[in-house]
Amino acid sequence: MARLIVSLIAGALFGTGLVVSGMVNPARVLGFLDFAGIGAGTWDPTLAFVLGGALAVSIPGYWLAGRRGAPLLNAESHVPKPGAVDGRLIAGAVLFGLGWGLVGFCPGPALAALGTGQAKAFGFAAVMAAAMWAFGRIARR
Amino acid sequence: MQTFDPLSALIGGALIGLGAALLVVFNGRVAGVSGILGGLLDGERANLAWRAAFVIGLAAAALLSLNLTAATVEIAAGWPLIVAGGLLVGAGSRLGSGCTSGHGVCGMARGSGRSITATLVYFSVAAATVFATRHLMGG
Repeated sequence: MARLIVSLIAGALFGTGLVVSGMVNPARVLGFLDFAGIGAGTWDPTLAFVLGGALAVSIPGYWLAGRRGAPLLNAESHVPKPGAVDGRLIAGAVLFGLGWGLVGFCPGPALAALGTGQAKAFGFAAVMAAAMWAFGRIARR
Repeated sequence: MQTFDPLSALIGGALIGLGAALLVVFNGRVAGVSGILGGLLDGERANLAWRAAFVIGLAAAALLSLNLTAATVEIAAGWPLIVAGGLLVGAGSRLGSGCTSGHGVCGMARGSGRSITATLVYFSVAAATVFATRHLMGG
């Protein structure tokens, strides 16, 4: 039960952070990714500050978790062991980057944006979830 | 273009980082949204509850803060791009074992070579995609 409460709080921190930081807005994300905007004076540096702010807290968190060994509320850690870069990782990152650049939504903001009630937010999240589900079905064969 | 507010960006980012830190320190779990949502959709019984709790927490807190703040969400892409983007983001994040949260906020925080590589690749491809659609095709 305590683990579920931690999960709920962690998710709530994500959802709040995505809205407060402006990352729930695809226009802002695309404004960062448009590096031609640096010269034109239209570039939006927000995403870099969000990632910096996140890492400033997640780095000490992971350091602490690594130092302790076992998590506080779980028998063992489920953090992946270091592995080699392979073709699957690169191919996935390329497809993901392509989709991210087309719309400006990645999975977290796509779920957060459901709260706007916009049809396109629901459309994106539904197609994304269907693709994840289909991928899981194919991968398990 | 919206005004750039570095303080909100840093505070919002720190909240996301805090969520990731809590989940790994207490539960030993990676706060990767694609992994959590994907695992939920795979129907893995043993991990159903905590994943559902995370997704519900995220969506509910976002709904609340969207209503408390004057946050704007502007989706410029048309429906064909929404569908194509959703397919690519869904399949790509599962194939590449992570997205901006799992690889970017969590994987990079523990110095994972795989996550740093993935993050560099998807940022480069996304920037190239925006350049192509905005400046080469005039979209």
